[in-house]
Amino acid sequence: MLRFVSTRILRALITILAVLTFAFVVLRMSGDPAQVMLGPDVPQESVDAFRKAWGLDQPLWIQYLAYIKAIFTGDFGVSMRDKASAMQLVIERIPATLQLTIPALFLKVVIGIPAGVYAALHRQSAVDRGVILAAIFGFTIPSFVMGLLLVLIFSITLGLLPSGGQDTWQHGILPTLTMSIGGIGILARFSRSAMIEVMGQPYIRTASAKGMPWQDVVWRHALPNAAVPIVTIVGFMVGSLIAGAVVVESIFSWPGIGRLLVVSVTNRDLAVVQCILLMIAATMVVSNLIVDLLYGWLDPRLRAQSAH
Amino acid sequence: MVSKNLVELRGLKVAFDGVQVLHGIDLDVGRGEAIGLVGESGCGKSVTWLAALGLLPGKATVSGSVRVDGQELIGGPRTVLEGVRGKRIAMIFQDPSSSLNPVLRVGRQITEALAIHRGLSGDAARAEALRLLDMVGIPDARRRFELFPHEFSGGQCQRVMIAMALAGEPDLLVADEPTTALDATIQAQILDLLIELRAETGMATIFISHDLGAVSQVCERACVMYAGRIVEQGTIEALFDNPRHPYTRGLFDAIPRLDGPRERLIPIQGTVPHPRDLPEGCAFSPRCSHAAVDCRSHRPDLDPLADGRLLACHHPVGQVLADTRRNAETRVMETVS
Repeated sequence: MLRFVSTRILRALITILAVLTFAFVVLRMSGDPAQVMLGPDVPQESVDAFRKAWGLDQPLWIQYLAYIKAIFTGDFGVSMRDKASAMQLVIERIPATLQLTIPALFLKVVIGIPAGVYAALHRQSAVDRGVILAAIFGFTIPSFVMGLLLVLIFSITLGLLPSGGQDTWQHGILPTLTMSIGGIGILARFSRSAMIEVMGQPYIRTASAKGMPWQDVVWRHALPNAAVPIVTIVGFMVGSLIAGAVVVESIFSWPGIGRLLVVSVTNRDLAVVQCILLMIAATMVVSNLIVDLLYGWLDPRLRAQSAH
Repeated sequence: MVSKNLVELRGLKVAFDGVQVLHGIDLDVGRGEAIGLVGESGCGKSVTWLAALGLLPGKATVSGSVRVDGQELIGGPRTVLEGVRGKRIAMIFQDPSSSLNPVLRVGRQITEALAIHRGLSGDAARAEALRLLDMVGIPDARRRFELFPHEFSGGQCQRVMIAMALAGEPDLLVADEPTTALDATIQAQILDLLIELRAETGMATIFISHDLGAVSQVCERACVMYAGRIVEQGTIEALFDNPRHPYTRGLFDAIPRLDGPRERLIPIQGTVPHPRDLPEGCAFSPRCSHAAVDCRSHRPDLDPLADGRLLACHHPVGQVLADTRRNAETRVMETVS
């Protein structure tokens, strides 16, 4: 078990390093921060001075080594735009993003999973068909369309909810809904198919055959088996808690990580973009790690495999 | 209201999505009796008992009557079925490894049944579960109580299934091809266990199998099923020595013999018809070498013969012999050994 965990952690660190390296190289190859920050009509001396100040005149690999070295000492760089600690800027924005993504995740889980399980247990019923249809709508409509649709209905036509900003809790409703609808659909479909598969297994028939009441068969014998695929999807959603709001934050002018990312990429604010990508990669990797550990807890057969 | 028979099936019919797969099964199971159900895959032998216990998927339509000590199961509320399952009639299945829940400890799966049927919990349930595991021959039960099904072999999983079935002290154990998925040596052990347990507990046994040798070991009586109907029913001796239905005869001819001169096995020609397009008349007639014109137009009823067996055939093979008993025993022994 210890070996399993330590190899997983090592693998996680390698993944994060790969993401950082990729981001580092691509960001520097794809545009010149000096041009973007200073504008097109500045004298060459200013550009050179800017590059020298930020170390951009050095060869790429030297910049890279310096960057990695700095990271290991806890220095994540400084924003070219605000001259403030890049990590500080990013961390300040996290609460705003989580204000949207955590309620959205909650809605996905408490609506998506029960809807899918109920549909699976009442196959071919009107509810089942309704769930399938709603799920298809939910996850085929892109979030920018869904967001605009909701704005059209609730802000413009009905005038019930604000269409942008972060002033009151009502401002959070539409972005949260926009983000959760697709996930509800995905979870409902996955829970439904996982549950249908499990309910057809011989051990479910065994549980019924030994006289167990139906509810107990579902709760004690079926759900624990259906949990593995469901946990996989939920884990992916947890991993997207920070990354998942880019489009929605932009639509609803929500001052979170997603907006910061869009602005920083446009400005070639290298340190900030790298910090955001680091945070995103870290949450994704950590949630994957948790899911892997949960697998072993949920299914003893997987536990046996990972021990070897 | 207590009837002589433990279980009575009357006109039990099953259809899947409108396709009739079981065409009216009548069967009485006496207390303590062991009955074999024999036939090729898809003839309805498993479906009969899954239907009786309401264990078929929702798309199945079940009609007819299943009475346990006079209590009707078909069409009753779910609680009636739940009260019979495991308590009056327990069932074990073909693939023991996938019949146990992979994410629950083996001990818990047994104590669950004890809680349902005998209200045992905690240490009492644990002690009783250990006793049952001992009884079915799981070595070192105390340690293995906490293990998961994948840590058991197929044969041991079937023993655990049997222990679980015994938890409710049922009056009838339905064993649905309990040895088909197991190695030959393990098969013999499981058969011995079933025979032993029946002798100890006095519970009736329904033994579903396509292995005639195994059936003859476990049962006194057998029903041969074909395409959703019973075609011949009688004592093991009668069926073995003097099969009257050409299909029963065909099943015996297809068994390899271990002693005597080398003989070519005679397979039954053709395949089982699909339930969707059963032939008119006797369902076996297209494969039957004795079929005559009337076989293809009129389906024979299952009628009693003078020797006590039931037969559904217009032109039976074999004949009633004066003294068949000795002969029968020899054949039984041959097939078993």
